[in-house]
Amino acid sequence: MTATTSPAPAGTDPGGPPESAGSRPPRRSLRGPRRAGRPVERGASRVFRWTATGAGALILVVLAAVAVFLVVKAMPALTASSGELVDSVSFMRNSSSLADYVGPLVFGTVLAAVLALVLAVPVAIAIALFISHYAPRRLASGLGYVVDLLAAVPSVVYGLWGAMVLAPLVQPLWSWLGSTLGWIPLFGGTVSPTGRVILTVGVVLAVMILPIITAVSREVFLQTPRLYEEAALALGATRWEMIRMTVLPFGRSGVVSAAMLGLGRALGETMAVLMILSQGFLYSFLLLAAGQQQTIAANIAAQFPEASDMGMSVLIATGLALFVITLVVNMSARAIVARRKDFSGAN
Amino acid sequence: MAQRIDVKDLNIYYGDFRAVADVEMSVEPRSVTAFIGPSGCGKSTFLRTLNRMHEVIPGARVEGRVEIDGVDLYAPDVDPVAVRRQIGMVFQRPNPFPTMSIADNVLAGVRLNNRRISKGDAQDLVEQSLRGANLWNEVKDRLDRPGSGLSGGQQQRLCIARAIAVKPQVLLMDEPCSALDPISTLAIEDLISELKADYTIVIVTHNMQQAARVSDRTAFFNLAGQGQPGKLVEVDDTSVIFSAPREQATEDYISGRFG
Amino acid sequence: MAATPRPTAVSPTSPSSSAVIDPAKDLATLLRQVDPRRRRTDRVMRGVITGAFALAMLPLLSVAWTVVSHGVERFDLYFLSHSMRGVYGGIDAGGIYHAIVGTVEITLFATLISVPIGLLTAIYLVEYGRGPLARAVTFFVDVMTGIPSIVAGLFAYALFAVILGPGIRMGVVGSVALSVLMIPVVVRSSEEMLRLVPNELREAALALGVPRWLVVIKVVLRTAVAGIVTGVMIAVARVIGETAPLLITVGVADSINFNLFEGRMMTLPVYVYRQFQQGLIPCSADDASCIATITYDRAWAAALTLILLVMLLNLVARLVTRFFAPKTIS
Repeated sequence: MTATTSPAPAGTDPGGPPESAGSRPPRRSLRGPRRAGRPVERGASRVFRWTATGAGALILVVLAAVAVFLVVKAMPALTASSGELVDSVSFMRNSSSLADYVGPLVFGTVLAAVLALVLAVPVAIAIALFISHYAPRRLASGLGYVVDLLAAVPSVVYGLWGAMVLAPLVQPLWSWLGSTLGWIPLFGGTVSPTGRVILTVGVVLAVMILPIITAVSREVFLQTPRLYEEAALALGATRWEMIRMTVLPFGRSGVVSAAMLGLGRALGETMAVLMILSQGFLYSFLLLAAGQQQTIAANIAAQFPEASDMGMSVLIATGLALFVITLVVNMSARAIVARRKDFSGAN
Repeated sequence: MAQRIDVKDLNIYYGDFRAVADVEMSVEPRSVTAFIGPSGCGKSTFLRTLNRMHEVIPGARVEGRVEIDGVDLYAPDVDPVAVRRQIGMVFQRPNPFPTMSIADNVLAGVRLNNRRISKGDAQDLVEQSLRGANLWNEVKDRLDRPGSGLSGGQQQRLCIARAIAVKPQVLLMDEPCSALDPISTLAIEDLISELKADYTIVIVTHNMQQAARVSDRTAFFNLAGQGQPGKLVEVDDTSVIFSAPREQATEDYISGRFG
Repeated sequence: MAATPRPTAVSPTSPSSSAVIDPAKDLATLLRQVDPRRRRTDRVMRGVITGAFALAMLPLLSVAWTVVSHGVERFDLYFLSHSMRGVYGGIDAGGIYHAIVGTVEITLFATLISVPIGLLTAIYLVEYGRGPLARAVTFFVDVMTGIPSIVAGLFAYALFAVILGPGIRMGVVGSVALSVLMIPVVVRSSEEMLRLVPNELREAALALGVPRWLVVIKVVLRTAVAGIVTGVMIAVARVIGETAPLLITVGVADSINFNLFEGRMMTLPVYVYRQFQQGLIPCSADDASCIATITYDRAWAAALTLILLVMLLNLVARLVTRFFAPKTIS
């Protein structure tokens, strides 16, 4: 891809004089035919091949193991009767069954992730366009790196920052939203005085998934054929009109899959939610009220250290639900990318 | 509708590299002017400066004047977007927007200026432009199908329809037939001869027979050498260029001695 | 001249839509004006797009600023070289030595697990991989990239719980959890680097009669080593900040524990969370030695350490690429 055009003799004999390098090509072609009828590998080569293949197969085994062990450890919770569960698991006191316990958690997880997505996607598209079509060529890669720095910050630091800095900062804004737009159900209810609500969580998650969405969108925007961009410009389109006519229609599926990847990240994010959100177990769309929602990941982290054996089993069952949700989201993202590849390959 | 172009002392740069040097020429209205010359001599680059498409390449810039009807295209108060609106362009490879239907492709440029064009007007304009590009009869039954489903020659005529739909003053064509088969090429050449009744046309071509067939005037560009800027060697009536050119280099090129 | 009606050889319909240009206007005006609305939209969008970039920089700057300004207060040699053993209430003491030990050991062990598996898988995919197995591996490496970190933690816990019995908490469980997250990153980056090695190089070596495995080790790996090292360091930088899986597999501790295979350990990210979670210390008004915000101060200082560590890894990774990459003629 990059300028690796020269097969520099780095591996063979770096100290060799240039004359010997010049004499190599004919030698190679002389030996060529003999290699064509290469016999079955023997000895070390064979061992090495099988080791490498084994490592590849191990990946499959590991992934299967993830699924199997999670199911095995979730089994007690999945098979136990509702009454048994409610009696033996302290944190299920207010639920009548496992489904009743998982339901609000799934709801909270999806709500937080969707909020993050709604906030992040427009900004990410704009940043990607800025880097691909507005920023000077020389600055572009540096700017991309700066955005990637956002991904380098550990999630626990985002949690700390969100709880200690962002939540107090946005609280007045949320109050204002609640008082002026309170008639919209989303902003109804009593606005939390601490700002530790799901909308704040959404903002932090949005910041965290911004880099991945930006990176993928930037790549697809840069792939827009120059041919069509010039066609639009030659018709007298302004830069924005050119983007609307060519870049955005071309990048649409790429942006969709980027958003799905971001969604997958947001669904599984634990620490930011755990540290910021004041939790609750309701099917609630109130974005500004405290004690309404909780996500699967944050709930596991919060309850796991103190949980009984059956409690752990319940938590692992919720983890399994999270695993399945993210799996579906990520696989559909990949499927969209793959379809796009076919499409652009045909062109 | 058709205008005269005067180029005065034009130098074209990519960054620090001077690609084309000291061009001085005129393009007559309602005629076809062909640019010929060996690869890399800067004829396409020069063509792209006539509608300010050159400057969309990062680092590219121009010194000198290109006047259309006495107005310098590179004057500070002239808007490049308006320039491209008035001077249409057809590219080497046909490039109808693959995400749009045939009709929407024709209307793409018009919609930029006139968002709320009435349905009837739009239909009339599509028909008029496609007829103008000799494509109407072939596509009138599938105007709502994607333009990418057409053959290469049809796609190129669709691009011409798209360019003339906005009623430009000048039409620039950058090797419009180089990606097409001989029959499609013939169709485009016929079209060019028809269009010159209404438009000032400038065409870059690799094919000297084509230049001889379609153009009224011909300009020959040449490279002084490797790493040297391209230069305009001579420009004259096509018949003169192909029978009795003033410069030896032109004669060498025409007679196939190099290039 | 511009006003001359054009003799149309085409359809006689004279569409009013062609009055996009007012023929009464002369060319000079036409070239100078674009519909002001279009120009405004263009400018507004340019502003919005540039603004979005600036907007994204705000959290980055805010995080950097708050972590540095809050963290630098307690960030000193004492803090780096003492554990939390015997530290209680609001007393002005305590550090992260035990957490650094835990983070370094657990991450190193995770690297030790991930690099051989990841690198060999990459070699398999690039040098040998074709057919259904290679396709499956590629696909499932993608799937693995998307595993939420908490699920990786649950997996490691479940694995050891099934083998060693429930309630197990030790460093190596955390290492396994981290390696589940790390392996796909190592595979992806190594694969990319190995694919960059030009084929002529392999063919040249094979033609000299060098056996295949030596070609891979001595030629392909040697050429790609800088890129692979960089990829591994980026992967380490990514998992070193993981909190959730360590919280549920390794737990928390106040003392130094060097043994990966026995007992709870502290790690830097978990330390940050733990200090944050303890919240303000209720100090009595007459106790001057009690610092109410000590836990938050420690959390910020530990966060600063963690960010510095991540940045250092990223920086070194970039330097490795710059100085040890195979020379190419540009």
